[in-house]
Amino acid sequence: MARGLELRDVVIRKGGQVLVQMNTLIGPGEVLSIMGPSGSGKSTLLALITGNLAPDFQATGEVWLDGNDISKLPTHQRRAGILFQDDLLFPHLSVGANLAFGLRSGGTTGERAERVNEALREVELDGYQDRDPARLSGGQKARVALMRMLLAEPCALLLDEAFSRLDADLRTQVRDLVFERALARDLPVIMVTHDIEDARAAGGKIYNIGAR
Amino acid sequence: MPRAITLIPIATLLAMLGPVIAGLWGTVLPAFGHLPVAGFDGPSLDPFRALLATPGIGTATRLSVTTGLLATGLSVLIVALIAGGWSGTRAFRFLEKLLSPLLSVPHAAAAFGLAFLIAPSGWIARLISPGLTGWERPPDLLILNDTFGLAMTAGLVVKEVPFLLLMTIAALGQTQPRQSLMVAQSLGYGRLTGWLKAVFPRVYAQIKLPIYVVLAYSMSVVDVAVILGPTTPPPLSVLIVKWMGDPDLGMRLLAAAGALLQLGLVVATLGLWRLGEMVVRRLGHAWIMRGGRGRLDWALQPAGLLFGGLTAAAIFAGLAGLLVWSFAGFWSFPNVFPDSFGLRTWMRHGPAAGGAFAETFWVATAVTGLALLFVIGCLEAEHRSRRKLTSSGLWLLYLPLLVPQTAFLPGLQTLLLGVGADVGRGPVIAAHLVFVLPYVFLSLGDPYRAWDTRNGVSAAALGASPNRVFWQVRLPMLLRPVLIASAVGLSVSVGQYLPTLLIGGGRVSTLTTEAVALASGGDRRAIAVYGLAQTAAALVPFALALAIPALVWRNRRGLHG
Repeated sequence: MARGLELRDVVIRKGGQVLVQMNTLIGPGEVLSIMGPSGSGKSTLLALITGNLAPDFQATGEVWLDGNDISKLPTHQRRAGILFQDDLLFPHLSVGANLAFGLRSGGTTGERAERVNEALREVELDGYQDRDPARLSGGQKARVALMRMLLAEPCALLLDEAFSRLDADLRTQVRDLVFERALARDLPVIMVTHDIEDARAAGGKIYNIGAR
Repeated sequence: MPRAITLIPIATLLAMLGPVIAGLWGTVLPAFGHLPVAGFDGPSLDPFRALLATPGIGTATRLSVTTGLLATGLSVLIVALIAGGWSGTRAFRFLEKLLSPLLSVPHAAAAFGLAFLIAPSGWIARLISPGLTGWERPPDLLILNDTFGLAMTAGLVVKEVPFLLLMTIAALGQTQPRQSLMVAQSLGYGRLTGWLKAVFPRVYAQIKLPIYVVLAYSMSVVDVAVILGPTTPPPLSVLIVKWMGDPDLGMRLLAAAGALLQLGLVVATLGLWRLGEMVVRRLGHAWIMRGGRGRLDWALQPAGLLFGGLTAAAIFAGLAGLLVWSFAGFWSFPNVFPDSFGLRTWMRHGPAAGGAFAETFWVATAVTGLALLFVIGCLEAEHRSRRKLTSSGLWLLYLPLLVPQTAFLPGLQTLLLGVGADVGRGPVIAAHLVFVLPYVFLSLGDPYRAWDTRNGVSAAALGASPNRVFWQVRLPMLLRPVLIASAVGLSVSVGQYLPTLLIGGGRVSTLTTEAVALASGGDRRAIAVYGLAQTAAALVPFALALAIPALVWRNRRGLHG
């Protein structure tokens, strides 16, 4: 039984044309960078892994996570965390409530509040529980989104152009933080990006899609 | 749970189309002389013979067609002039803000307001008398209820312009008009001409169904026709309702035949309108090919703003007129304001209006609650099954609005009586639902689908089940559009006249039925009280729909705007 995220003979087609073809294992703490021009189907692969493939795509093959076939599970049972290029913090919830939304259920109210505080401290945002997420800076939002995802204790991390909206300095900072946290938790990571800098910083294998 | 949700679209379709189909069925049988409860056994063509022999039926039929076509044509023209000449400008945004609340003012209240303005003893006559006219007493002119139905047409136009304009604004959002207009202008076209040639064809394709709804509605409207329309004879729709109210059950055969005539009339006129579309397309194409840059723009552009402003002014001034009349003591002609003010009218009619208000409120709340359940259920089912509403689905949504009310409601009432079902509040709620459902769906559909589904993926990736995503993420984020759709539902229900009258069997008295019943009596003060109460019942929910999210989300900037 292999730990990590495994794509077994995954093929995604659209209208009979093959977009993505992969057979690979991303071990704990490893990063696979997927590069390609827009429209090449690189985000489609993440949609397949999270279980949100649009109906006009056809996919074959299996996705295994830590020794379990998750291909048939609904999204919320797959334990694959994802970050998009927008932070997608829920605008109606405070920063703390956003984190509590992510935190796996269980524990007393006090324990849960402490976990949330701890998470905020981990990204140097102590005392931000009651803030309106819309009033945070771009870097702060990115950090909250990361912690919200990690509190759900995912078994893999998916990054869908997660850094492309951030400007250069911030981008490096947030990227380093994300990889550091993922490594600390031994998570396999798939990063979709169109920026070679991202892929270099990740240091793992690079897979090119749609390069003909 | 996943099973139950797939049933909701089917249930919605049944709730929306069931009464229409049943009603048409209940119309066809008596129209051909078959009504066993009243001792008639068909089939026979006697009802149609009687219909043809009715004095004035030709005029009544003609009025239905002319007022409908004129009101729809004028409304489309005004909307095209406003949107073409002004969309994207500050004046346009102002007009949009002005007109959107007017959308919820019930037709009857707007019609009464207009009547108070243009009547021989109305505000306009008072303003210019005796200075310009020399009138010392109200002139004996047939301005209201004129034989050509012009006052009635005006009453329809002031209500349909806001509706079509808002539909146009929604359509504009999907057609990128700015770039097209910029290209046209850089090629030397005037603003209005450039818009009409480059943008309007695309917009028209999108507002076609709402325009058909306006046409079908205008041809068969009853309350506006009773208030502003001709009386000898009235338009066909009013005749049908009169026959339905006749104690002689045999008259229902005549009413049913009239209802079928009304249906045929609307179908034929819609066909005529489509023919007109083709002609206009031809002419428009030739106009485009000629390459004229718009020499008349300088005159037409202000005309658009003028008509738009007049529309808004007519409703606002009309409502102001209702307000003044409701507090007026003695008011002699030609004084612009009453000789004295007082609370007497409110004291006398207030309690009864309060009772009608409560009835209106309960019916509207029940209808809107049901409509929200159906609509949100449908949209969520659509989202979860990832199947989009097709264009034929959109037609189904508009169908209950395209079948004239006077064509199927009489049949529905006859059918209900025939099977011994009780008329009253329950059936009225079901009948209102037919008209409320499409509007709630149209109001909520776009914002519901526009919600960024990555929020849902995000939440699901955090381990939230579809139901938790729905209750804790999607609904709270969509609070504002849901409340606005509720306000739309409430105002549509508040404004319903014919379903309340016919299906309620006279036992459900809402503000609208009471107000229209007062029309023939001519007690302006009483009319004013009911008209205002009706307007308040429709407008207050809108104010709440705007205020509540602002209050609940006052510390959440991401949900403003």
